[in-house]
Amino acid sequence: MTKIVSENNDTSRSQLDPTLSEVTNGDYKYGFTTDIETDILPPSLNEDVVRFISAKKGEPEWLLDFRLKAFRYWKTLTMPRWAHLDIPEIDYQAISYWAAPKKKEGPKSLDEVDPELLDTFNRLGIPLQEQKALAGMAVDAVMDSVSVKTTHREKLAEMGIIFCSISEAVKDYPDLVKRYLGSVVSYRDNFFAALNSAVFSDGSFVYIPKGVRCPMELSTYFRINASGTGQFERTLIVADDDAYVSYLEGCTAPMRDENQLHAAIVEIIVEDRAEVKYSTVQNWYAGDAQGRGGVYNFVTKRGLCRGDNCKLSWTQVETGSAITWKYPSCVLAGDNSVGEFYSVAVTRGRQQADTGTKMIHIGRNTRSTIVSKGISAGHSQNSYRGLVKVAAKADGVRNYTQCDSLLLGPDCGAHTFPYIDVQNDSAVVEHEATTSKISEDQLFYCNQRGIPTEEAVGLIVNGYAKEVMNKLPMEFAVEAQKLLQISLEGSVG
Amino acid sequence: MMSASANPLLQYADLYNEHSATINNCSLSPLNALRASALQVVVGQQLPARGSEDYERTSLAEMFAPDYGLNISRLQVTADVAAAFHCGVPAMSTYLAVVVNDTIHLSKSLSRLPEGVRFCRFSDLSETDYEWLAGYYGKIAGLSRPEVALNTLLAQDGLLVRVNKGVHLSKPLQIVNLMAGGNPVMAVRRLLVVMEEDSEAQLLICDHTGLGAVECMSSSVSEIVLERNARLDLYDMEEASDATSRCSAMYVTQQEGSHLLIDEITLNCGRTRNDFDIRLEGEHCDTFVGGMAIGSAHQKIDNHTNIVHAAPRCHSHQLFKYVLSDEADGAFEGSIYVAPGAVHTESYQSNRNIIASVGARMHSKPQLEIYCDDVKCSHGSATGQLDQEALFYMRTRGIPEADARRMLMQAFMSDVIDSVRMPGLNDRLRQLVDRRLSGDAAHCIDCRHSCADDASKQS
Repeated sequence: MTKIVSENNDTSRSQLDPTLSEVTNGDYKYGFTTDIETDILPPSLNEDVVRFISAKKGEPEWLLDFRLKAFRYWKTLTMPRWAHLDIPEIDYQAISYWAAPKKKEGPKSLDEVDPELLDTFNRLGIPLQEQKALAGMAVDAVMDSVSVKTTHREKLAEMGIIFCSISEAVKDYPDLVKRYLGSVVSYRDNFFAALNSAVFSDGSFVYIPKGVRCPMELSTYFRINASGTGQFERTLIVADDDAYVSYLEGCTAPMRDENQLHAAIVEIIVEDRAEVKYSTVQNWYAGDAQGRGGVYNFVTKRGLCRGDNCKLSWTQVETGSAITWKYPSCVLAGDNSVGEFYSVAVTRGRQQADTGTKMIHIGRNTRSTIVSKGISAGHSQNSYRGLVKVAAKADGVRNYTQCDSLLLGPDCGAHTFPYIDVQNDSAVVEHEATTSKISEDQLFYCNQRGIPTEEAVGLIVNGYAKEVMNKLPMEFAVEAQKLLQISLEGSVG
Repeated sequence: MMSASANPLLQYADLYNEHSATINNCSLSPLNALRASALQVVVGQQLPARGSEDYERTSLAEMFAPDYGLNISRLQVTADVAAAFHCGVPAMSTYLAVVVNDTIHLSKSLSRLPEGVRFCRFSDLSETDYEWLAGYYGKIAGLSRPEVALNTLLAQDGLLVRVNKGVHLSKPLQIVNLMAGGNPVMAVRRLLVVMEEDSEAQLLICDHTGLGAVECMSSSVSEIVLERNARLDLYDMEEASDATSRCSAMYVTQQEGSHLLIDEITLNCGRTRNDFDIRLEGEHCDTFVGGMAIGSAHQKIDNHTNIVHAAPRCHSHQLFKYVLSDEADGAFEGSIYVAPGAVHTESYQSNRNIIASVGARMHSKPQLEIYCDDVKCSHGSATGQLDQEALFYMRTRGIPEADARRMLMQAFMSDVIDSVRMPGLNDRLRQLVDRRLSGDAAHCIDCRHSCADDASKQS
């Protein structure tokens, strides 16, 4: 419960009190566990575990080597401490690195999928079933560590689009996977990338061939279910010349007292004139009001705009996770390539988020836009951390960064750490940031028009986030809007 | 000489250990009292490496690595002060002190200081004042940073400005720092400014390098205290040579209702790192920190600010502007910290940079760290070039391109220059900037005696 201690408690502020305290009290909608038989490896991390995972998945030799190299490198690293986060010590030996729903005979159709699992996804609102397929999505659902079901696969295959779990891709398209895996995020990139490279269990693989426009949104849902497990999925998206794909990612986890670790990698390769739009709605369990439990979300997401005239757009709505450490980035290597990052990050309770982006301009006339909106409530800490780098040879670069923070309550924090590094004299790089609370004038205006404070806060917050919400694909925008409402339950209309 | 990987401060620690008796004998007890703890920090901490947080472009280890000479026996440097230095700010009537390396010469003008103002060496204080000095010296700066600890370890004297309660100084105080000597030398400079309640003063600091000086290093630590309703305008101008390294740290605490204005002007330098640590501890404080840097050749200019709003209802504004050409390297890392409970804080920060040639680089990191909801804070940073359309427009009006560029750059700098409230100084700065941008050395040959002359006229 938020307690407002302030000397100048005027009327509108005290009216806001119950509203704000409800913000920190909203319950987690997705807090259920699914009782499915799970195949769990005992907690520990050593080379045998890495070999076990690789063997369990029947991987080729080169992939095992990749994992082992990553693991050996990981052992030399220490956990990074530079972020504005208070991360408790994590015992990596106390985590189970393999938790798969027990494999019966592979399901041939949806009817054969465990009904309880389907129910889980239904409660998540994943359009896995037939009627939802009308929404025009192809879904790859990753539960704990293993990809459960990919829909629409045949239809996509007709167009030459590959959309499958990464373990299937390793079996069916080893050349593609070998060529691209680790090419954007190397296992030496950072602590969590090394860990993921060693123990990643599953994830999605997308390949859009030359000139193909993917006719539907591709979507993945991640869910950590078994207790004491970590989720280490890996997504690899390749858009070949002139291709287009819009990819959605949703995440939830059940309520648990202990912290769960999620260390994922997303790699995107964008070739000449191709476009990739990657949208995330992240709603991992954030822990309770006292900060017990919740998911540690340490994710490395990076796209390489390798081709000329290509475009990569990241949109994220971050409402969950106890701790978020995530910087979806664009390496703009091809000339005239475009990078975009739109983010709404909501923190409440005892959540901590350190999130932002990196725009690395290497090619000529590359452009990037960053719009980041932070909303902090309760006792949470919300940081934006972003890098805009213009290499010496990148002529004609343009970047615009806007990052705003909204504070709801006297005990939260909002922080901005932009890094701007310009090495070329023809670049124009702009950064703007503001931090404030909801204007009392605006609230008063709404009240005066008969809108109760609670609704007014909702209205203002929605308006504040709109610039980012507008960038989400329609299906997701509705869900994201709902999520924002749930996150700020009580204060949003 | 130390290898690059080892801690370059250790050479000074060794030097201190060898000569501690000499250093202590030529100094005062309040300064000596901190040396033991300073030594611990110097020996125990590494200087931050280039690329580490807040030191993206500056390697303090490289700065301190050369085996600089130190004047630990306090030999009087008998430089002909009036003849040797080129002060860029002449024709101003000021109370002047000249610091050659770290030896302080007080001009005769100081004998005419109004009552209630002290502007002197620490060593001029009588023993009865030592306790008072110990209450401030080293207390505001602390010893958390190794470069500050090194300064504290080696400082043997310093300048004191103390303005008593209610005293308004009508003429500015001026400190001219001069690096001189034919050997690589490090000057260890220390300044303490105590503005008591309701007092008011202006202080101008000019940093120069003498004509004969070779590679030199200036390590300076300034501690400034503004008590209730005190006002201080501080202008710090650097106009040094390419061979000069400067590592300056300025620590300020402000009490209720105090006003502070700092303008940091870097016209010419070698490697410069300026740190500003400002704590607003009382309500209704007002702070403006302006900065202007012109970098060319291989100059490196790095300004780092940290403004801590610890009390409610304070206002702060930062404005830093850079023009970088040739292969100059600029960095600005500024932060605003609003502590829990510091309601009604208004804090703004702006950093604007022009990269005027192909090899120049700029690193900017404006930061906000806010732990209180009822605030208005913003920051902005922009890096770009001169407006091509404006240039074109001016050329169509018959202004040659070089002149047009200079005029635009001059205009770009003008809002920092306009913040200067010292009569005569802004006009002078405009001229200096103009000369600097047109490629001339900014120092004014025609005025080489004026400062001292002015000072002596007053005495």
